Amino acid sequence: MARPKSGGDRLIRLSLLLIALSAISVLAIITIFIFEQGLPIMAKYGLKNFLLGQDWFPSEKSFGLLPMIVGSLLVTLGALVIGVPLGLASAIFMTEFSNRRLSGFLKPVIELLAGIPSVVYGFLGLMFLVPFIRKNFGGPGLSVLAASIILGIMILPTIISIAIDAIRAVPDSYREGSIALGATRWQTVRMVVLPAARSGLVAGIILGMGRAIGETMAVIMVAGNAADLPGSLLAPVRTLTSNIALEMAYASGEHRQALFATGVILFVIIMILNFLANLAAKKQFRK
Amino acid sequence: MKPEPKRNLKKVQRVNNQSFFDKKLFSFFKDQQLIGSLNLTVWLWLLVFCFFAFSACRSHSVSSEIVVAGSTSIQPFADEWAELFMSKNNKVNINVQGGGSSAGIMAVKEGSANIGMSSRELKEDEKDLKEIIIAYDGLAIIVHPANPVNSLAIDQVQSIFAGEIANWKMLNGLDQNITVVVREEGSGTRGAFQEMVMGPRRISKKAIVEDSNGVVREIVSRDENSIGFISLGLVNDQVKPVALDGVKPTEEAIINNNYRLRRPFLFLSRQEPQGLAQEFIDFVLSEEIQARLSQEGLIPAKKITVINSLSPGET
Repeated sequence: MARPKSGGDRLIRLSLLLIALSAISVLAIITIFIFEQGLPIMAKYGLKNFLLGQDWFPSEKSFGLLPMIVGSLLVTLGALVIGVPLGLASAIFMTEFSNRRLSGFLKPVIELLAGIPSVVYGFLGLMFLVPFIRKNFGGPGLSVLAASIILGIMILPTIISIAIDAIRAVPDSYREGSIALGATRWQTVRMVVLPAARSGLVAGIILGMGRAIGETMAVIMVAGNAADLPGSLLAPVRTLTSNIALEMAYASGEHRQALFATGVILFVIIMILNFLANLAAKKQFRK
Repeated sequence: MKPEPKRNLKKVQRVNNQSFFDKKLFSFFKDQQLIGSLNLTVWLWLLVFCFFAFSACRSHSVSSEIVVAGSTSIQPFADEWAELFMSKNNKVNINVQGGGSSAGIMAVKEGSANIGMSSRELKEDEKDLKEIIIAYDGLAIIVHPANPVNSLAIDQVQSIFAGEIANWKMLNGLDQNITVVVREEGSGTRGAFQEMVMGPRRISKKAIVEDSNGVVREIVSRDENSIGFISLGLVNDQVKPVALDGVKPTEEAIINNNYRLRRPFLFLSRQEPQGLAQEFIDFVLSEEIQARLSQEGLIPAKKITVINSLSPGET
């Protein structure tokens, strides 16, 4: 099989390497640019004021991002609370409990969900979900709850398709062994299949979380965007991404820099979350 | 008389070149086999080339261009005026950009725009620009049509948006919490509202923030307990503008300056506008466009200037 390295091979190798490096360099350029624009103003007004300040009034040079940091984390958590159980349950059903024909129909349908633009999710949320929450639970409707539900639905395709792949990758011999020992179908899933597929499932959840924390358009439309710590699930909330997108149109000078500082904080939060999640996945895998 | 033959020579050369090129092109196309062997990529490149050639031609046919930049409240109107102006004058291009009043003022100061658009009064340190009032716009405080509250005092509006009055019951309305909807920091409409209504007081942090007049109107039209502010020109029958201190926001009330929330739409230029910029400004101030303005909910500039000149002292 192994052929001697030809000149053509080396050329292809080199060009692929260059392409890979250029993709990485784009990331590097973005990182450098965000930090270059965002760090000076954070240094000027103090990191503490940015991270713990509760007042976001750029026109008064008050740049507290705490409400947005809490908002992003809260909405992402809410999305996971809604999306993870639903996603894992659908994945388990489609791999372990449904026949080939049904799952062959369901999987493309769920993948289609991923193809719907986020502005459509936001629009539907604004038209149906927000009035529903306002009528039945009170408050303005534009709320943490609305954003969590919309995001929870938006991360479903990610979680489901990765979970399906992870569960399908568990060898059938595991299931056969478990059933041979007298376990029921559900016991097999719960005690054999899911633990074996754990690292894949966690990876799916991490990717879903990444989508939720980065989503902007749909959240702007249904979250209400009040730059205040939400007092309840029915209160409006602003996320870090919304803060940037909402105000970038007219921002100039320090206001603009403060939006880049928002980007810096978002960047760091995503890094930390990914790091923690990867750590958790590895630990569980070793068990 | 010396340069004359030279120029002729050049012309001849160019013609020669052209015909040479044509011949080559012709022979190229005559070779059927060659065409057949051209693959898709080559055709795509040809298409791209034609596209660039075409766009290059287009930009050559425009003889002069000006940039008009600033307030996004004026931008949709300016787009329309520019289109009308360009349809009447061939070979000119009016490039309308947004960015907000502050950005427009900055752009015209720096010279990156020929005309700046501002939907707020100039500050003291910006007064070195020449300002031309194009129109006036009223700011409407809007509520849901089903809301029984029809009129508010200006300090009540202030207290609502500051978050102190939180229930409609305190304003003789229903016993419902008020949903306050505002524009985002930096928007001209918010700036005008802050200046004319709030003064030094802060808009409540609990207020819902949206990034366009349209979305504010949409939310107020759907939530019976909400209140917001938008340009008077954008008020439709889905929302109800409230009267301020008993004065309804009508064109007449704004012209008489009885309705207090009005702001100018300004065109700005660094020096006395010249050439195309002057022509465009004249066009916008013409009877035709000013008549269109009042159909679109704005107040033509001339109506107010007349009244101001009748009663000096009023600004």
